[in-house]
Formats: sequence, structure tokens, C-alpha cells
Amino acid sequence: MRLAPLSVLTLSVLLAACGEEPAPVANLDFQKDLQTQLIKAKPGTVIEIPAGTYQLDRSLSLKVSGVTIKGAGMDKTILNFKGQKSGAEGLLVDASDFTIEDIAFEDTKGDSLKVVGGKNIIIRRVRTEWTNGPATENGAYGIYPVQTENTLIDGAVAIGASDAGIYVGQSRNVVVRNSRAERNVAGIEIENTIDADVYDNVATGNTGGILVFNMPNLPQAGRVTRVFRNKIEGNNHKNFGHKGTPVASVPAGSGVVINSNDDVEVFDNDIGNHKTANVIISSYFSTGYTDLSTAESFDPYPEGIHIHGNRFGPGGESPDHLELKALKVSQFGLNGRLPDILWDGYVNLDILVDGKLPADRAICINNGEAGMINVDGPNNYKNISTDMTNYRCSLPPLPAVKLASADADQGA
Amino acid sequence: MRRLLLGALLLLAGCEQQPAPLYLPQGDNYPEKLSEWGMLQRADGFIAPVAEALPYDLNTPLFTDYAHKLRSVWMPAGTAATYAEAHFDYPVGTVLSKTFYYPKDAQGRLLLNEQDDRDPQRGLELARVQLIETRILLKQQDGWVALPYVWDEQQQEAHLEWAGDSRELSLLNAEGKTQAVAYQVPDANQCAGCHEETAGQGVNPLGPKARHLNKDFAYADGTHNQLQHWQQQGRLQAVPAELQGVPQNALWPTPRAGESLEQQARSYLDANCSHCHNPKGPGRTSGLLLDPATGIGISYGLCKQPVAAGKGSGDRLVDIHPGQPDKSVLLFRVESVDPSIMMPELGRSAVHAEGVEVLRNWIASLDGDC
Repeated sequence: MRLAPLSVLTLSVLLAACGEEPAPVANLDFQKDLQTQLIKAKPGTVIEIPAGTYQLDRSLSLKVSGVTIKGAGMDKTILNFKGQKSGAEGLLVDASDFTIEDIAFEDTKGDSLKVVGGKNIIIRRVRTEWTNGPATENGAYGIYPVQTENTLIDGAVAIGASDAGIYVGQSRNVVVRNSRAERNVAGIEIENTIDADVYDNVATGNTGGILVFNMPNLPQAGRVTRVFRNKIEGNNHKNFGHKGTPVASVPAGSGVVINSNDDVEVFDNDIGNHKTANVIISSYFSTGYTDLSTAESFDPYPEGIHIHGNRFGPGGESPDHLELKALKVSQFGLNGRLPDILWDGYVNLDILVDGKLPADRAICINNGEAGMINVDGPNNYKNISTDMTNYRCSLPPLPAVKLASADADQGA
Repeated sequence: MRRLLLGALLLLAGCEQQPAPLYLPQGDNYPEKLSEWGMLQRADGFIAPVAEALPYDLNTPLFTDYAHKLRSVWMPAGTAATYAEAHFDYPVGTVLSKTFYYPKDAQGRLLLNEQDDRDPQRGLELARVQLIETRILLKQQDGWVALPYVWDEQQQEAHLEWAGDSRELSLLNAEGKTQAVAYQVPDANQCAGCHEETAGQGVNPLGPKARHLNKDFAYADGTHNQLQHWQQQGRLQAVPAELQGVPQNALWPTPRAGESLEQQARSYLDANCSHCHNPKGPGRTSGLLLDPATGIGISYGLCKQPVAAGKGSGDRLVDIHPGQPDKSVLLFRVESVDPSIMMPELGRSAVHAEGVEVLRNWIASLDGDC
């Protein structure tokens, strides 16, 4: 009786010693049964998965609308995909009126939970994690709704993604709240999305905390995002993303990054301890691509940006990227720091009025003592400026997202 | 009466005659056994589509781990599909059957080759093939349904497996080298994942479209153009006279005279990618569109930054870098077998070296820079 645990121990020590873990054995019956339930589900079906850790080796998928998947808790019901043989995600959902809650996806080969094109999506208390910690070979996205409408992500946890922990792409009407994104390249990324509220989240230990991006050549340009009441702290992880991806250009030590997106309001957040900058405002042109890569209709300029009432902690003392390092030393000295907000300085010259952006397209900083540095990207960092005169302004508040599922939950 | 029926059944069983294909215009009472569909018949050690069905193949097919495919379509008596350039309109009750198999040598070893094993008269010799799966696409009143059937080892019967299956196979190529294949039979959702090429419109046939079918085929009574043959058989109406204006993809693996490298590459990308990568397909979220209607520009991948490729970018900056295959994300992904990197995402575990070569040569031939 006492030998058995000993030999297991010995075996694991041996295995650790040669650095080779055997591929876990998949619970094939469980996998087949769950996938069959997903295929045969009808609107209204609730699929409950009891507590336990289940080993899977191929993707799950759901194509029926009106289905709920429920676990027993994000630390109790765990679908682990280590050694996955097929499928580019853990669970792929192409359906509307979908709810998933109290479950974890671990170690998927690609994305963890991808929802494509549905309406009325609720992702609640779901954890996606690569248990080996941050690594380039991890899957790209943890929680990944794309081209969805009316989406609530609430109380989620996303750890270790090699791109974004929580990534909302090309969607409309989205709330991301009460969630935690940790040790991903991007913690929470809102991309090409219209009307998103991101609040009461924690983003820490990522390369960049919260990103609001627009990418070219997609059917929908994003606008109107509010980022507020978040704790965005110490996102200094070395960028372990892959070149070519939108996050690859994010400098390590970025709190909030706004790239090419319009009408973004960042307020009432606690943002601190970022080696590059607490807030970065930038254009697609700063990511190294030329206009050969963008359709003519693409607007690469961040406009209508309002940063106000945030509480900034330390930041900017040791920026990532060589140009920024050199710039910091030359402008602020070895022991100095960059201002809280860094702007790459790209503006659409065609819309300037008397050398200034029109009021509603302006970049407005109304954040106490916090300063902004314009690094003059268009002229290769020639005319760096910390003059705030043109940027001390306010913009009218953006409207709150109206999302029935978010209201219902708040009342409960 | 009852005795008569019983007698008839016995008679049918006696001469191994199969029932006519199953007409199932509605309901979900799908047969558990493939034989109940009546789409395939066995005789003298051969398996072939039943006489009521039309066998067919495609100009450039989808690559699925070097599996060979035996395809046939059946439409209810007296009905016909209607021609259209993009999608034919098939009558309710239409059954498409596609059997995936590998050729086998006398020692029972599975072979990797692109030969045509089909005898136009008799079909496939069972001793020389290993049947893996048969996929049924059924058109019902509410739309198409995809059903995966998995063959038993003895090739006696295939059974409906909603959740798919997997097989570890070893293929022997002409040089005597083996290629391991982790063959995945898709589950019913994965079938739909590719076959729903227009979001919200449900499953549709991918192969039997004008541009793929517009080719010659060896029928039992001789070689004919498939579209014209279907028309003559009363199975396709409104086919343009003399095939005027009917699109035609390049012929794989040996292109017709005059089919350019670009046509070959585009046919390959069409057959292997465009069911997802089209303006309404599941791959639309990437902004990369590889359907025949998209011209060669940014949307077709030229100098286009990947959007959500993750490690699929392979540290390369653009999908297609003209003149530089090894700087092109597209090539990185078709050369990978990692499920989180490879394209297509499903349907293969091996690299299609011959397909990659066409794409590589085509990208290398492009002028320009990014």
C-alpha cells in the first residue's frame, strides 16, 4: 500500500529529470459524450458538467443557438487540452443566445473559447489559462468573441495567452467587467469594436494592460470605447507575442494602449508601475507597416481620445524599444522618467483647422498633473514635445453601453 | 400481400441487390448504418456508387491527408438540380456521398499516391483499398444535413458517428518512405464548420459547383464533360449552351494546357480555403478572402497584416509577400501541422507537399514589395 505513492513519486521525479512529460490520456468517452450533447442540443438545452478535471484531445464545438453550458466553478470544472491533437481552439461557438459559466479551459493548443458571429453572448466566471505560465508557444487568445453583438464578459479570468487574454474583435455592444487578465501579452484587447464598456477589471503582469485597437482591412472600424474603474498595474512582462500580430508592437510596460481607434474615454482608473508609459496613444503607422498594407478607407489616426480623472502611479522610467530608451535618456536624463502619457504624434493633416484637430476629433488630457509627450513619430522623433497647450481640453462623456444581460446581473 | 413483400425482400437479399437510395425529405431519423442509404453497392469484390446515382469528381479537390475520394450524387426520381454559377439548387431529398479511402498494396499497406483507382465499370476493388469514412450530405426541406459514417476494419459497414473518430495511419509513398497520418473523422459540427460557407445559411455542398465540376469524367459508357452528362441524364437544368461562360478551375494534379501558375494557385486556394475565407464565411473575421471573386490585392493577402493569427503568424509580417514565400504567413500556415497554426484548421495532419509547392512557386513569381 505504501509503495504505490512512492513509485508514482519516483516516476514523476524521473520524468522531470529527463524533461519529458508523457502526453496526458484523453477521457475519450467524456469527450465524445460532451461533443454529442453539443451536436444534439436544442434551443433551451442546459449542458451541466460536474466538478472534475477532464482531459480532451480535440476541439469542442457548438452550432445550436439558445444553449447554456454550466460547470461547477472555474476552479472545479476544468477542461484540460494538453496534448490536443486537432482543432484550433478549445470550444468554438457559432451560435446566438449562448451562455457559458463556471468552467475553466486549460492548455488549449490554440485559442481557448472562441465565439464567432452570435448575438446575446454571456461569458461569466470562465477561466482560460495556460498552466505553464507565459510562453510563446501558448495559444493566442483566451476568451475570444469576434463579430458578436450584445456580449457580456463578467468575472472571467485569463492567464498566459500568447496574444490577448480577453480579446473582443469586430463586435458591437460589449461589456467586459469584474474580470482579471494576468501574464498575457495583452491583458484585455478591444479591437475594431463599436460600443464597449470595460470596467472594474484587473490587468496585471501583462506586456500591455488594456488595449483599444483598430486594424485595417476588416469589415468594421471600431469606435466608442470606455475604459474606467479598472486597476491596471505593473504590466511589464517581456513581449512574448509573435511578429506580425497586432500586439507584437506593444512595448513591455504599457498600461493602456489606444491604437488607431476613435472615441475612446479612459477615466477613473488606477494605472501605475509601467516601465514604458501608463498610457500610449498611437497610430497604425507606428507598427511598421506601410500604406501598401492598408485599404484606402482605413483611418489610422486615433481621434476623439479623452484621458481624464485617472490615478497614475509611477511609470516611464525604463521604456521598452530602443528609440524610446534613447529618447528618455536624452530628454529626461538617466534617472528621469517619461510622462504618464506617450503619443506617437501622427495626425491626419487633412482635417486640421488652424493647425489643430477639430474639437470633437481632439486628443484631450484632463488628468491633473499628468503630462503627455509627443514623440513626433512622423519626423523620426525630431521635434519631441511635452507642450500640453493644445491638449488640455475635455470631450463630452461617451454614452454608456446598454446591455440587458449586464443590467440584469447588476440587479441580482 | 405480406408474404409477397417478404418474398421480394428475400429475393433482393439473395442477389445482394441494394435498395434504391433513401428518400428522407424531413425528420431526423437518420440511418445508423451507411448501407441503409443505398448509395453504394458491392459486387464481386468491388464497391461502387449505385446505378441510380451519378459518380463525379472535381478539378482541384480539397486535400485531406492524401485520402482518395469516391463521390456520388443521387436525386429523387424525376427531379433535377438547377444550374447557377455559384451554387446549384439541388432538389429536396438529394444525397451526396463521399467515401474517403486509401489505396492498399498486396501486403495490405496503405499507399500515398494521387492515382485514380476507380474502374469506370466496377468501382473500387475492396482488396486494394482501405475505406475510412463516408460523409453523407442530405438535402431536407429545412436545409442540408452533414452526417459522418466511419467504416469498420473489415469494410463491411460504416456507422454514424456524430462525434467523429480518429485513426493513426501510416502511408507508404512511391520511394518506399512512410508518412504518418493522424486521420481525424470530423464530428457533425466540424462538417458544418466548413460546409456553412455563408454564415447563417446552414450547410451547403462545397464540391459539386460549376467551377469544380466542369471537367471530363470517365463514365461506364465513355468520357464526357460532367455538367453536360448530368444535363443529358436529366439531372441538371439550365446549363449554358456549349458551356458558354461556365467557370472552370485548374485541373489537379496535372493542369490543362494553358492553365497558368496563378490559376493553379487560385484553384488550390479556392478548394482548400475559400469555404471559410470568403466575405460571408467563418474566416471572414481575418479579413483574408481567398474566394474566386476576390482579386489579388490586400484582401487576397498581398502585403496584408494578419489580424488574429497568434502564433500562426510565424513571426512573418504579411500573409503574402510578393516574391518571398518564406516571408509569407500563408505559406507558414500551410506548411505547419500544429493544430493552432495550420491552415486549413481541420482535415489534415500531414503537409500537402505538392500543394505547398504550387503556392510557393506562385508567391515567388509575384512582383513587388510590401
